[in-house]
Amino acid sequence: MTAMTTEKSISHTVAKLAIVAVAMFAFVFVVMVPLYNVLCDVLGINGKTSGERYQVVESSVDSSREVRIQFVSTNNDGMPWEFHPTQSVLKVNPGAVNNTVFYAKNPLGKVMVAQAIPSIAPIRAADYFHKTECFCFNQQPLAAGAETDMPLQFIVDQDLPADIKTITLSYTLFDVTAMAASQGAVVAR
Amino acid sequence: MSTHHGPAKGFMRWVLTTNHKDIGSMYLWFSFAMFILGGAFAMIIRAELFQPGLQIVEPDFFNQMTTMHGLVMVFGAIMPSFVGLANWMIPMMIGAPDMALPRMNNLSFWLLPPTFALLASTLFMDGGAPNFGWTFYAPLSTTYAPDTVTYFIFGVHLLGLSSIMGSINIIATVVNLRAPGMTYMKMPMFVWTWLITAFLLIAVMPVLAGAVTMMLMDIHFGTSFFSAAGGGDPVLFQHIFWFFGHPEVYIIILPAFGVVSQIIPTFSRKPLFGYDSMVYATASIAFLSFIVWAHHMYTVGMPITGELFFMYATMLIAVPTGVKVFNWITTMWKGSMTFETPMLFCIGFVFLFTVGGFTGVMLSLAPVDFQYHDSYFVVAHFHYVMVAGAVFSMSAAVYYWLPKWTGKMYSENMGKAHFWISFFGFNLTFFPQHFLGLAGMPRRIPDYALQFTDFNTMSSIGAFIYGASQILFLFNVVRTVVAGEPTSEEKTWEGAEGLEWTLPTPAPYHTFSTPPDVK
Repeated sequence: MTAMTTEKSISHTVAKLAIVAVAMFAFVFVVMVPLYNVLCDVLGINGKTSGERYQVVESSVDSSREVRIQFVSTNNDGMPWEFHPTQSVLKVNPGAVNNTVFYAKNPLGKVMVAQAIPSIAPIRAADYFHKTECFCFNQQPLAAGAETDMPLQFIVDQDLPADIKTITLSYTLFDVTAMAASQGAVVAR
Repeated sequence: MSTHHGPAKGFMRWVLTTNHKDIGSMYLWFSFAMFILGGAFAMIIRAELFQPGLQIVEPDFFNQMTTMHGLVMVFGAIMPSFVGLANWMIPMMIGAPDMALPRMNNLSFWLLPPTFALLASTLFMDGGAPNFGWTFYAPLSTTYAPDTVTYFIFGVHLLGLSSIMGSINIIATVVNLRAPGMTYMKMPMFVWTWLITAFLLIAVMPVLAGAVTMMLMDIHFGTSFFSAAGGGDPVLFQHIFWFFGHPEVYIIILPAFGVVSQIIPTFSRKPLFGYDSMVYATASIAFLSFIVWAHHMYTVGMPITGELFFMYATMLIAVPTGVKVFNWITTMWKGSMTFETPMLFCIGFVFLFTVGGFTGVMLSLAPVDFQYHDSYFVVAHFHYVMVAGAVFSMSAAVYYWLPKWTGKMYSENMGKAHFWISFFGFNLTFFPQHFLGLAGMPRRIPDYALQFTDFNTMSSIGAFIYGASQILFLFNVVRTVVAGEPTSEEKTWEGAEGLEWTLPTPAPYHTFSTPPDVK
């Protein structure tokens, strides 16, 4: 190879490799992150419930069995609100529409915004737990010292595997005051 | 051989040099300095763990030590040392006059010292150095991180840039500058392993850069990639990190495989048992490294199909790795073996790396990993593959090529002493950690329950012995450079093969200005 062609082929190699490097950087943002979220949504893994309102379909109530629904609440690190379910356990029939409320109180002397993040155990049950109304769909602002009852309406699917007798629904409450102020955006979940 | 001009004089020679041998030497010395620094951090860790209770350092500083030890050893010591070796040896092994991109080579190196100065300086800042472990899981590294995390992120970006440029350089060299007749399947194994490693680096260093960029945005720009409060997910961080992290551990070990594949045939006075199978095994390991990342996170709550997939894929890696280990053993089989220092380190490598490989197979089993996860068993496993793997092979490489680099012979007695002391110290340090892990001692803690005391004391004593043996190594190398017995034999070792051994000793500043003819 002459010096000229060697130099040329080196710059060809470098150009190709540089493109690969840039593409891999982009890959993280435009493929890995969305793919992860889509997979979690579609497969119902990670104990995440759907972030959207369930469209109710006509169905009958399966009164032959009862499922225990346990409610758990956790405050994320540094979140000062009082936050707990008003009923810790509900016995429900698959297919029936159920209502409950969570109590929340902002004890501080300033307006705060909270976001509740749900998680379901066992993970397999996440696909069969449908929310038609949930306070976790929106951020919850509370004035200083204010309290509120936050509604949750859900249906347990009739197709819930028979071996699942208890479902635990856990909410972690995050302080998103700063985030809400800077973005003004509502995070659906 | 053209020696029309030697190196420039003075300090600026090193700042401005574009010579692959100069840059290789700087990489090697720099990585040794980082090896000592990271080793010092390890000594603090082991001193604190010598007995239960808190006696020397605060828990937060202990966490900074485990974090900085991991970062400095992985990114400052092991990776640059093999880049240095690549700089020195690849042009000489393929008959090229220099690296393909000498100026970029200079930049790749000179990014490193400021980066590690920046990282080390965080130790003296308010809030202390990064303390979230070298795996920097979110939210430890985002919500709960010290302010210095921003320096850490910038440092990782610079390291990534340096690695990517170095890899592009190596690939461009191997692809374009091989001497006439040097086909791909005639290249020395060390060149092959580095070629594959360089591709791995180009594929995954940008992923690491992406991960820290997301951290940066989460911390400073209000995004929520890893924050559940904003609709993100901390588990996503682990997936992205280990998508980088698993290929990364092969980036560390593949060049070591290459070194061992050069040295064992020399001292067995036989060619490598199966060159082709070695090449294909290396490529298979590189491919598999991309589809096994989640075996680092079995306990994160994956569906059973995920656990099974990653378990079987991981166990599959034992096949090409076994091909390699049996290759080395069959190369030694019925060879006229002699046991000079480089060979001792290589045999130590094969033996101890296999132990680390076996514990790796144990860890690959998802059901039992639930017990081993985040315990000292994991610490023992990866030190067997990284220290007895990468560091032993690096020591072997230095002893093997030092006469060619300097034209002087090292002290064989001191070299052998270095091997035996470090072999003993290493095993005393890390073998008991298997038992500690199985008995339930978690990693990254400054204090432990009383029943773990004996094994921890043994481990600490072993660590001090191992650390001291590296000072002997340093002394031996410096003594060789300053006052070693001169040698001008082209082939330092009777059984050595390869283009680098056709060059004069010491290797002149410029080599292969006219390409050799490879038959």
